Amino acid sequence: MRVTTTVNGTERTADDVWPGESLLYLLRERLGLPGAKNACEQGECGSCTVYLDGEPVCACLVAAGQAIGREVTTVEGLADGQSLHPVQEAFVEAGAVQCGFCTPGLVVAAHDLLARVPEPSDPEIREALAGNLCRCTGYEKILDAVRLAARRQATR
Amino acid sequence: MDFLQPSSWHEALAIRAERPDALPIAGGTDVMVELNFDRRRPGALLDLTRVGELREWSVEDGGRVRLGAGVPYARVIGELGDRLPGLAMAARTVGSPQIRVRGTVGGNLGSASPAGDAHPPLLAAGAEVEVASAARGTRRVPVADYFTGVKRNVLEPDELIAAVLVPTAAGPQQFCKVGTRNAMVISVSAFALALHPDRQAVGTGIGSAAPTPRCAPEAEEFLAGELDWAARRPLPEGLARAFGERVAAAAAPIDDVRGTAAYRRHSLAVLARRAVTWAWDDLRRAA
Repeated sequence: MRVTTTVNGTERTADDVWPGESLLYLLRERLGLPGAKNACEQGECGSCTVYLDGEPVCACLVAAGQAIGREVTTVEGLADGQSLHPVQEAFVEAGAVQCGFCTPGLVVAAHDLLARVPEPSDPEIREALAGNLCRCTGYEKILDAVRLAARRQATR
Repeated sequence: MDFLQPSSWHEALAIRAERPDALPIAGGTDVMVELNFDRRRPGALLDLTRVGELREWSVEDGGRVRLGAGVPYARVIGELGDRLPGLAMAARTVGSPQIRVRGTVGGNLGSASPAGDAHPPLLAAGAEVEVASAARGTRRVPVADYFTGVKRNVLEPDELIAAVLVPTAAGPQQFCKVGTRNAMVISVSAFALALHPDRQAVGTGIGSAAPTPRCAPEAEEFLAGELDWAARRPLPEGLARAFGERVAAAAAPIDDVRGTAAYRRHSLAVLARRAVTWAWDDLRRAA
């Protein structure tokens, strides 16, 4: 089947999409956007987190056809050209990136949190990131990165 | 496989009647896992996310909330915490933020897992499931009669879940569950309690500790008879514990990868004891 959807502000079309296919597969394998990562394929790890109509979702749990006519924003859509989004900068500076596999999902989840709650408390950060697993960092540097991004955002 | 995408409830029921091989999908948090892992290959997916009627809730005459099957958990939390506190508490424990914006109470009922988080509070509140077909119209099934086995329910092949009807809380409600961490767990055991001071009655719901979610009727009757509804004095010594034991006795748990039957029974007794302590305190404070 044909799937037409808006991805990072641009209308994209893919043909011969299998109806049982996930939005994650569509993005990575058909539209050339490998930012969202394919790890657990069951919504446990959050590494495929993207925005669907402005809400952070696990792309592996959205059927590709459900995204027809919707707006998808992936981690690739957060940066402004070559300059990283402040959340992305904060992840690099705080050392919140080790192997990097969980990073795109965490960046989208943190981006969503800071858009809703500009100055989150630690429990709010932990709750917002509860659906994103990281097996390298022990999360402390990730929390640092979100706090740093929040501070930067407040002084801008 | 076909991808069927009705844009109205009427159209959805017509398609359902024609395609009994179609698997309904809403938030996808259960269905897509089955597809991704090659556990299921239905003839078609019936996508219900474009059916606007399913994404609404309203208050019926008599004060019941009619919650459309496609309302996601995040909205139950944000919009119904006052009217349906037990269901909202359970919704807060579902998965993660990413799961709660997609997963729906209707989907939980469709999957009918014994571990579904929405089921215990629906049982405790005395909710009804509204199902419909093009041929026979609408029928309403008490949640207590809805589950027929592990991941089985009363739905006929041509039926879809339209809504769940939940009485607005007349008193305190509680939900508690045990798992390995707070987020992202399938419960090892779960318990919901609703106090109905208006009719001096108690509602319960047990999750993950029997082939289906179920009530503990004997425990409900016992507690309702012992509580001091009129003066709302503190719980007598040992009452909460005795209630917990009766709740545990109503379960029929098994040993599996998530826990043993013995642990499930023990934890249910603890959860029920705590739930009634909290709920009774809430009721006394409200007085």
